[in-house]
Amino acid sequence: MEKTQENSCAIQCQGIRKVFGTVVANDNIDLEVRYGEILALLGENGSGKTTLMNMLSGIYHPDEGRILIDGQQVDISCPTDAMRLGIGMIHQHFKLVDVFSAMDNIVLGTEEKKIKPKILRQKILDISHQFGLEVDPDKKIRQMSVSEKQTVEILKVLYRGARILILDEPTAVLTPQETEKLFAILRSMREQGAAIIIISHKLHEVMDISDRVTILRKGKSIETVNTAETNEKALTEKMVGRPVTLEIERPQTEKHERILDVYHLTVEREDGTTALDDVSFTINTGEILGVAGVAGSGQKELCESIAGLMPVKEGAILHKKQDIIRKTPSEIIELGISMSFVPEDRLGMGLVASMGMTDNMLLKTYHRGKGPFIDRKPNRELAERLVKELEIVTPDVETPVRLMSGGNVQKVLLGREIESDPNLLITAYPVRGLDINSSYLIYDLLNEQKKKQVAILFIGEDLDVLLELSDRIMVLCHGQITGIVDAKEVTKEQIGLMMTGSRAEEVLGNE
Amino acid sequence: MNKQAEDRKKAGKEPLIRITKRAELSVRGARLLRIGAFLLALAAGAIFILCLGYNPFLIYGVILSGSFRSAMAVQAMVKLMIPLLISALGITLAFKMKFWNIGAEGQIIMGAIFASYFALFHDQLPHPVLILVMLVAGFVGGGLFGLVPAYFKAKFNTNETLFTLMLNYIALNTIVLLRDGPWRDPESPGFPKIARFSANATLDRVFGVQAGWIIGLILVVVIAVYLKYSKQGYEIRVVGESQATARYAGMNVKKIVLRTMFLSGGICGVAGVCQAAGSDITLATSVAGGVGFTAIIVAWLGHLEPLEILLFTFFFAVLEKGSTVAQSTYGLSSNCASVLQGIILFFILGCEFFIRYQFTVRKRGVR
Repeated sequence: MEKTQENSCAIQCQGIRKVFGTVVANDNIDLEVRYGEILALLGENGSGKTTLMNMLSGIYHPDEGRILIDGQQVDISCPTDAMRLGIGMIHQHFKLVDVFSAMDNIVLGTEEKKIKPKILRQKILDISHQFGLEVDPDKKIRQMSVSEKQTVEILKVLYRGARILILDEPTAVLTPQETEKLFAILRSMREQGAAIIIISHKLHEVMDISDRVTILRKGKSIETVNTAETNEKALTEKMVGRPVTLEIERPQTEKHERILDVYHLTVEREDGTTALDDVSFTINTGEILGVAGVAGSGQKELCESIAGLMPVKEGAILHKKQDIIRKTPSEIIELGISMSFVPEDRLGMGLVASMGMTDNMLLKTYHRGKGPFIDRKPNRELAERLVKELEIVTPDVETPVRLMSGGNVQKVLLGREIESDPNLLITAYPVRGLDINSSYLIYDLLNEQKKKQVAILFIGEDLDVLLELSDRIMVLCHGQITGIVDAKEVTKEQIGLMMTGSRAEEVLGNE
Repeated sequence: MNKQAEDRKKAGKEPLIRITKRAELSVRGARLLRIGAFLLALAAGAIFILCLGYNPFLIYGVILSGSFRSAMAVQAMVKLMIPLLISALGITLAFKMKFWNIGAEGQIIMGAIFASYFALFHDQLPHPVLILVMLVAGFVGGGLFGLVPAYFKAKFNTNETLFTLMLNYIALNTIVLLRDGPWRDPESPGFPKIARFSANATLDRVFGVQAGWIIGLILVVVIAVYLKYSKQGYEIRVVGESQATARYAGMNVKKIVLRTMFLSGGICGVAGVCQAAGSDITLATSVAGGVGFTAIIVAWLGHLEPLEILLFTFFFAVLEKGSTVAQSTYGLSSNCASVLQGIILFFILGCEFFIRYQFTVRKRGVR
């Protein structure tokens, strides 16, 4: 990376437009990144951030507009082109081969001749030292933590000589401490003249790391501002397009009765690894118990074992003093335990993608009516009511839910679960992929249930939200509980330490 | 820097043609597209016939007239439809569940074998009773044969495609075993064969065609209603879409898989009964004769919708009957029917791509 390039334009996008069918994903977007700076691309879900970046990395081709690299117009028609031009993209979902070592993953797909492992190892270590990355080139990917994997992804593009880095929501899977580490690396790259684009919707991170911010809204580039001259509130308003309040309510409720007791629960995954290790906790009525933890710390298994979808190895789960471990999922549903679990692909469990809202409403109640036939009428009415109450946007209640946007799908799912009048609501990542407005609507829905004395187990990702919404927070690390703390008396950093294995006593005692 | 400039050149132009997503077509648009694909398939078929040195218009004409020139021709054509329609409906149940039942062939045969037992050894029963017993026996036979791969799938997660496919050969050779051994007709000299069914064990004729066509039509309605309006049909669709969702909703996925495969195999078994007791009037090794495989094509072309399946069955039967006439009239090999079927399949399935995607050609003078 030559010093002379500093502050010259790395990428210029001019009037970029991209249409998918009838959806205009990008419309007349202008963007400019210089060498030696970090540009944050800020926008709500569906504002076209990822589409734009995918065009820069050669996955899509723009319908209109020009892309200039180092001041010269280029056509990027495949990812190899992007690589040749020095653009490296680090995707949200890692693209690594699990059974290969870091080293193998880094050279995979490069066009050069095979290098001796010894020389290659040195080459990789040299690059890592240059930017302050920590990596063991011989370690297998599957033995790595999330942040280690991300380091390998970054090394992969650096090894290919990328001078322009694009990171798609890189902090979504990291603890606060890991995020700090990543930002230190990015800053060191900036010092050495790289151009960095970071996609994010976490405002404080944008304020923390970036030099300039480009805001996208509904596929259009709204404005580019210097980070030093703005604040979180102003950015939100530009992103959403109108003034918003960013406070989440935490209503106080009266009665707290134990509704679910989990005693020494141990659960093994199918491959024999321990998912939950001697977990004990209680949930009370009228309470939101937040669950924090790095992805894959046992959240999924916790939900599924309570819902009766996963065999339990040891321990007991008492619902109103009644053990539910041997019960079938349908018996557990009858008890009033409702789970809305939204895995990565959102439609994987809970909703049937190709069916409309009506048929999805049927999912948990279809077997109740008499006779061999299903009765769609009450469900169509329910669907229509939900559309009105929750402001769900859909052409028709018979439109397949896969054609609906993420926020609306979440509303359908949560709306149905709430309609079933549960006394315990398990909800995992209910705002994943939602815009700010819809997210707050979901928080309101949960709070309303809390006021009705429903017990809520809330598996969350965003620590800020967990801290504001929950009454208590339970932190999971490698399937163990590292602490259950009062949400009002804990800081984000303390939760972060507990997420990586420190016990609550140590963390809180030190303060 | 020089190297970079070079790289930039190498980065190349916008590709001449690229694939882009389009707005999902309306029902009407999709229908037009499919009709268009069908016409294109006929055109491609015409080129194929032309290459063989025949006049495609003449051949198409003969195929059409061959099926409709007389009442007898129509009856023969309908006779071809019966096993194809019934087994395609059977397969549909399994396919809706995304259980790839390639074993209709074997299930047809098993149904025929079970029914033949009663036809051969209990034909003293009153006619309506005997026919009913044969149909039930055929259903149970095909169903049990369908249950085998379903059981292993549910228990050990075996691959149902390979499993059902291999069971076909077991079924086929079971007939050979019976024909050469215990069920061999002692009165038939020369090649071993199974005795002809008595008139008592033969399906009645309605409008000159064996009664199987009534069973087929009833099944079209029953399956359509079952899939769309029954709880079990709903379960099948949910399991097909996502087993995780089905379990989440409290469904017993294993039970549903077993039940559905029993029904799927059972209906294919009924197809076997109709073929043996209605058309062949004996149990021959050719009782399935590839119908179980053609049924897969028909079910797929018909989007697993019973009414559409009826339409495609009709069409395939016309093609089949017509090409035998074309063979006798012009000497065109009857295998040509299979080639034409293949061409149609290619075009109709290929056009599904264009329902969601389109080609975009590079605009001139962009650079």
